[in-house]
Amino acid sequence: MDQREITITVNDKLFKETVSTRTTLADFVRHQLRLTGTHLGCEHGVCGACTVLFDGMSARSCLILAVQADGHEITTVEGLAREDGTLHPLQQAFSDHHGLQCGFCTPGMLTTLVELLRDNPDPSETDVRMAISGNLCRCTGYLSIIAATLDAAKRLRMGRPA
Amino acid sequence: MKPPAFHYHTPDTIEQVVSLLTSLKNNRLLAGGQSLMPMLNMRYALPDHIIDLNRVDGLSYILFTESELRIGAMTRQRDIEFSKEIESRCPIITEAIRLVGHRQTRNRGTIGGSLCHLDPSAELVTLCSVLDATISVVGPSGRREIPFTEFPSGYMTSALQPEECLIGISIPLGPHTHGYGFVEFARRHGDFAIVSAAALLELDPSSTIKRAAIALGGVGYAPLRVAEIESGIIGMKATPELWAQAAKACDKIDALDDVHASSAYRRRLAVTMARRALQAAGARALVALEKH
Amino acid sequence: MKTIGQRIRRIEDSDFLRGKARFVDDFHIDGMLHAAFVRSPHAHAKIISIDKTDALAMPGIRVILTRDDIRTKTVTDRLAVALPDRSYKQQRDRLILAGDEVVYVGEPIAMVIADNPYLAEDAVSLVKIEYDVLPAVSDCREALSPIAALVHSDGPDNLVAEFVSSYGDVETAFVSATHIFKDSFKQHRGCAHPMECRGCLATLDLVDDKLTLWSSTQTPLVAARLLAEILGREETAIRVVSPDVGGGFGPKLVFYPEEAAVAIAAIILNKPVKWIEDRREHFIATTQERDQYWDAEIALDKDGKILGIRGTLIHDHGAYTARGLTVPQGAVAALTLCYVVPAFRMDVRVALTNKVPVTPVRGAGQPQGIFIMERLLDLAAHELKIDRAEIRRRNLVPSEAMPFKKGFVTRGGIPIVLDSGDYPACQADAIERAGWFDFPRRQSEARTKGRYIGIGLANYVEATGRGPFEQVRVRIAPTGLIHVATGAAAMGQGTKTMLAQIVSEQLGGAMDRVVVTAGDSAQVSMGFGGFNSRQTVMAGSSAHVAAVKVREKVLQIASHLLEADASDLDIAGEHVFVKGVKDMKISLGQIAKAMAGSAGFSLPGNLQPGIEARENIVIDAMTYANGTAVAEVEVDLETADVKVVRIVFVHDAGKLINPAIVDGQITGAIAHGIGNALYEWMAYGDDGQPLTTNLADYLLVTSTEMPTIDLHHRETPTPLNPLGVKGVGEAGVIPIPAAIASAVEDALSIFNVKINQIPIRPSDLAVLLDEGGAGV
Repeated sequence: MDQREITITVNDKLFKETVSTRTTLADFVRHQLRLTGTHLGCEHGVCGACTVLFDGMSARSCLILAVQADGHEITTVEGLAREDGTLHPLQQAFSDHHGLQCGFCTPGMLTTLVELLRDNPDPSETDVRMAISGNLCRCTGYLSIIAATLDAAKRLRMGRPA
Repeated sequence: MKPPAFHYHTPDTIEQVVSLLTSLKNNRLLAGGQSLMPMLNMRYALPDHIIDLNRVDGLSYILFTESELRIGAMTRQRDIEFSKEIESRCPIITEAIRLVGHRQTRNRGTIGGSLCHLDPSAELVTLCSVLDATISVVGPSGRREIPFTEFPSGYMTSALQPEECLIGISIPLGPHTHGYGFVEFARRHGDFAIVSAAALLELDPSSTIKRAAIALGGVGYAPLRVAEIESGIIGMKATPELWAQAAKACDKIDALDDVHASSAYRRRLAVTMARRALQAAGARALVALEKH
Repeated sequence: MKTIGQRIRRIEDSDFLRGKARFVDDFHIDGMLHAAFVRSPHAHAKIISIDKTDALAMPGIRVILTRDDIRTKTVTDRLAVALPDRSYKQQRDRLILAGDEVVYVGEPIAMVIADNPYLAEDAVSLVKIEYDVLPAVSDCREALSPIAALVHSDGPDNLVAEFVSSYGDVETAFVSATHIFKDSFKQHRGCAHPMECRGCLATLDLVDDKLTLWSSTQTPLVAARLLAEILGREETAIRVVSPDVGGGFGPKLVFYPEEAAVAIAAIILNKPVKWIEDRREHFIATTQERDQYWDAEIALDKDGKILGIRGTLIHDHGAYTARGLTVPQGAVAALTLCYVVPAFRMDVRVALTNKVPVTPVRGAGQPQGIFIMERLLDLAAHELKIDRAEIRRRNLVPSEAMPFKKGFVTRGGIPIVLDSGDYPACQADAIERAGWFDFPRRQSEARTKGRYIGIGLANYVEATGRGPFEQVRVRIAPTGLIHVATGAAAMGQGTKTMLAQIVSEQLGGAMDRVVVTAGDSAQVSMGFGGFNSRQTVMAGSSAHVAAVKVREKVLQIASHLLEADASDLDIAGEHVFVKGVKDMKISLGQIAKAMAGSAGFSLPGNLQPGIEARENIVIDAMTYANGTAVAEVEVDLETADVKVVRIVFVHDAGKLINPAIVDGQITGAIAHGIGNALYEWMAYGDDGQPLTTNLADYLLVTSTEMPTIDLHHRETPTPLNPLGVKGVGEAGVIPIPAAIASAVEDALSIFNVKINQIPIRPSDLAVLLDEGGAGV
C-alpha cells in the first residue's frame, strides 16, 4: 500500500505525518489528527458537512486526498474560535439565533460562511442563501442560519474582532 | 465509501504526465477531484494508478490574444469565475460558470476535469460547444488540436486516446457587440442542469442576425448545436417573436430519458430554454450595438 | 416563570459549535476494529454459496461472519420487534444476517471485520456469493394481485396485514348524502436522511462482563432490552448509549440487524468493533417511507357539512416488519381528526414488497392522512363552489366541543379524544395573516402579467405524547450540581435544554448548574426514547414532577436547617434563601451533603436520605396539537416548476417550554414537508433495484428552496399533563404537502389541473398542463 509523508498546517499548527495515499483529507483530519469536528455526511461531495478551508478557500475534504494537502494550510471548525476559547462572532451568532440543532452540518456551515463573510462583508440574504446552497441541513430549515449569518456580518462590520 | 487502493503519482511536468500515461496500465488523471473523487469513493472507478495533475507546472492560465481566449486545463473554475477579463470579453462564460455546482466545488474543480468527465449536463461542456472551442491535447506523438464537435465520442467518453492528456482549450473571441445568454433549468440552485441552453448572436447595425450559435446541454450525451435554428434565423430581424418561433425547432430533438426527466419533458424544457437564451442574447446584442 | 417559556440559549450549542460534539464515529478506542457489511445486490434471491477465501486473504481482515457465526452467540437471531397487532396475517421478522433467502437490495448477508474501514470495504467486494435470482415484487398494488410473484418464497401471498378502521354508520351516510365526491390518490414519501447516517460501536468489558453499545439510535432503552433478549443476557449486563446523534427523523428509532451484529462481533472477537453506515447504505439499508395508493370518497349534506368518509388504502410495507403498522394506522387515524366526521370507514391492505422495510419518517403517516382529507375538502369546495376556507370552517371541530371524542382508538386501544385547542380560531388566524381573501385579486393581476400564483390551505391535528411513560431521575449532588438522567434520546431537538429548563424552573433557575444525561440505558431503569413527538410531554412531565418533589424536599430540609418556615423560602441560583433576608441561605450542595448522612447520626429532620426523585409519569391518552398552514406558490408554466413563495403556519402545541427551539422544529419540519411535496422521490426499478442512491439524484431541500415562513404560536395548555405541553417535533411537516397541492391547483385552476399525487414533479405537472391546454 502506498504511503507518503506529508507536512500540513492545520489550524495554524504544523504536522508531519505519514499517510496512506488513498486516505481522504476528511479521514486524515478526523482519525489521524483526532480533530473530529469535520463530519462525513455523504462522501460524494454533495452535503457539505466535510467542508474545510484549504488555503483559505472552502472545499469538500471528502473529495481531497490527504496527500494532496502536503504543503498546504487547512482550517477546520476547531480553528475558528480564539485561543482563549472566545467564539468567532459567527459561532456566537449561531448560538444566539438557534442556528443549529443536531450540530452535524454545523462545522461545514461555519467554514463555508467564514469564507463568505471574509470575501463579502455585507452580504444580502440571497448571497447567504447561495453561499450555503451546497450545505445540506436536515434540522433547521436554514432560516435561522441565514439570520445568524446576517447578524454576524453586522457585528463584524461594526468592528468586533474576529 | 472509501476509495479503493491505488498507486499515487505526482508528476511535475506535462512530459512526465505523458510518460506515466503511456507506461501505467489502468490509470486515471486527478485534476480538481470534484468528479473523480466521488467515483472513487463510490468505487465506480477502480484505477490501479492515480496521476495527480495538481503539481504540474504550466497548466493553469487564462490568456487573451487578439482573437482568442486560451484557458489551461488545470485552471480552477473559481479563477474563471472571478476573471474580470473573461467577464468583459467572453461574458457567457462568466454567466454559465456561476451555475456550476457550488462555491466549494468551484474552488477546486477545473475546466479540464469537467471537460474530460463529459457529464451531459455540465455547463462548461455546453459552453465549449457553443463557443466552438478547440481542445488542446498532448500525447506520446506530440500535441494535437481537437475541434469541440469531435471531442465527445460517447456517453461520458471523450476522443482522448488513453495516453493523452488535455492541456488547454482555446476559444475564438466574438466581436464586442455580440449578445450572449446562458440559461438552464435545474431543480435546485447548483444542481446539474436538466436542460441548458447557450446562445451567441452577432447582429448588424440594422438588428439583422449575422451569426448565431445555440447549443443545448442535458439532452444527449453531447451538447446539441441546433443547426435548424442557427441557419434558420440568419438574415432575420432580432425580435421576441422570432425567438419564440425559432425555439420551437427544439420540439423535435432526440432527448435523454432518465430518473430526472422524461424525453418529452426535456424537449419541452429545450424549447423554453432555447427561447430564453435567444431572448437574453438578442437583448444584450441590441444593447451592445447601441453602445458601440 | 424563571426558565419555562423563555428563549434560553441551548446548553448543547457550545460543544457543537466548537467541533467538540461526540457522534459515534468520533469515538476512538485503541485496538478498535471496523465492520463493513456484504449486502444483497438483488431484490430477491436464494443464496447458494458464500466464498470468503479471497476476502480473508486481504491484509488486515480479521474475520468474516455469516449467520452461522452469529447464532453461536444468540438465543434467537430473529428481531421480533413488531408492536403487537391483531391485523397481521404474516409475521415477517428480520434476521440479523440473512439465511438462505434475501428479499431486498441492501439486506445484510455477511460482516467483514478489519483493521480499518478502507480495508473492510476492500474485502466486502471480494466476498463471492452465488445467487439464484428470483422474481421480485416492486409495486405494492401488483403485490396483492393473485398472480403476483411471492416476496418471500415461503409465503402464502404478499398480504402482511389488513384492517378496517371505522366508526359510525358509513352506509347510511352515503345513501343519504346530497353530495358525494371521490378521487384516487398516490402518495410517495421517501427517506429521512438525517445528515449523520447510522453507526454503532460495541465493546465488551471482560472485567465487568458488560457489553456497551454506543449507537446513533433514537431508542437506546428499547435497543438494550432487545439486545438482552437476543444475547440471553441480563439487562444489567448491557448498556446502550445514544451519544450525540446527528438527526433521527424516525428511521433511527428502529432496532437494526447491524446493531446486533456489531455487538456480537465484539463478543466473538473480544475487541471493540465499530460500524459506520455510509450514505449509499443509508439509501438501501435504512428504513424509509414509500408508496400509498388511496381511493377515497366524501359524503356531504346540502350545506357542505361532512356526513361520512370512506375508502381504501394499499400501503407498501417493504420486505419485513421492522417496527409495525404505524404508518398506515397513523395515516388512517389522522385523517378525520380536525373535522366533525360522523361516519368513517377505511379498508386497509398492507403489502409486502421486495424493498427495504417501511417504518415511520417524521410525521409517521399523519401527513398522508391529512393529505387525503384536505384534498377531498378542496374537491368538494370546487364542485360546490364554496370557498376552501369556508367549507373547512363549517366542518372543523369547534372549541366548545372539546374534549371531543372521536369514534375510534389508538393501536394500544386507547380512545382518541381531542383534548384541547381552538381549531376554527387557528384557521381564521392563519388565513388572515396570509391575506386569504385578498388573494384572488392578486392572482388576477398576476395572470394579466403571465404569472401563475396560487394559495392553498390545510389543517392538521397531530397525536403527540405517545405513552406510556419516560423515566427521569433528578438528583442534587454534594457539589450542588443538579443531575438529570433519562432514557429519552437527543437527536438535535434540544432535549437536554428542554429538561434542564423544566428542572431548573423548580430548583433555582441556574441552567449552568444542571447536567443532563440523556439516552443512556445505565442511568435509568426503564423507558423508550424519542419518536411520535413525545419527549417533552412524557420526559418533560416526569422531569417536572421529579423536580417538584426534589424542590419540596429541599425546602423541607432547608426549613429545618435554617429554622424558617418552608413557605418563607425560595431557591435562586445555587441557594435556598429566606425571602427578603439576603444572608440567611444554604447552598443546594450543602443540603445534599447533609442528606448523605454520617454513620451513627440521624439525618436532619429525620427525613429520608438523599435529594433525589425518580418518576415514571404515566399518561396513556395522547394529547392533540393542531395547526393550519397556508402556502403561496408560483408555477412557471413553461418549465412546470413550482416555487413555494411563502408559508403561514399557525399552530397550537400547548405550553411552549422554549419558543426558539419550537420555531426551529417547525421550520425544519416545514423543509421536510416541502421536500415531500415537490422534491423527494426514492425511485425503484421494476426489479426492486433502488435507482436514486446518492444525494445528487435524491433531492433534499437546500437554502435556496426555502420560502419565507410566518410562524405563530397559539398556546392552549392541555389538561393531560402538569406542564400543559404538547409535542411539536413533527407538526411542521404534516400539513405542508396538502397545502402546497392545494396552492398548485389554485394557481392552475384555469387549466383544470387536479393534484392527486405527491411529490409534484415538474415532468408530471407538465403533462397535466399540456392536457389542460397550457402547452408550451
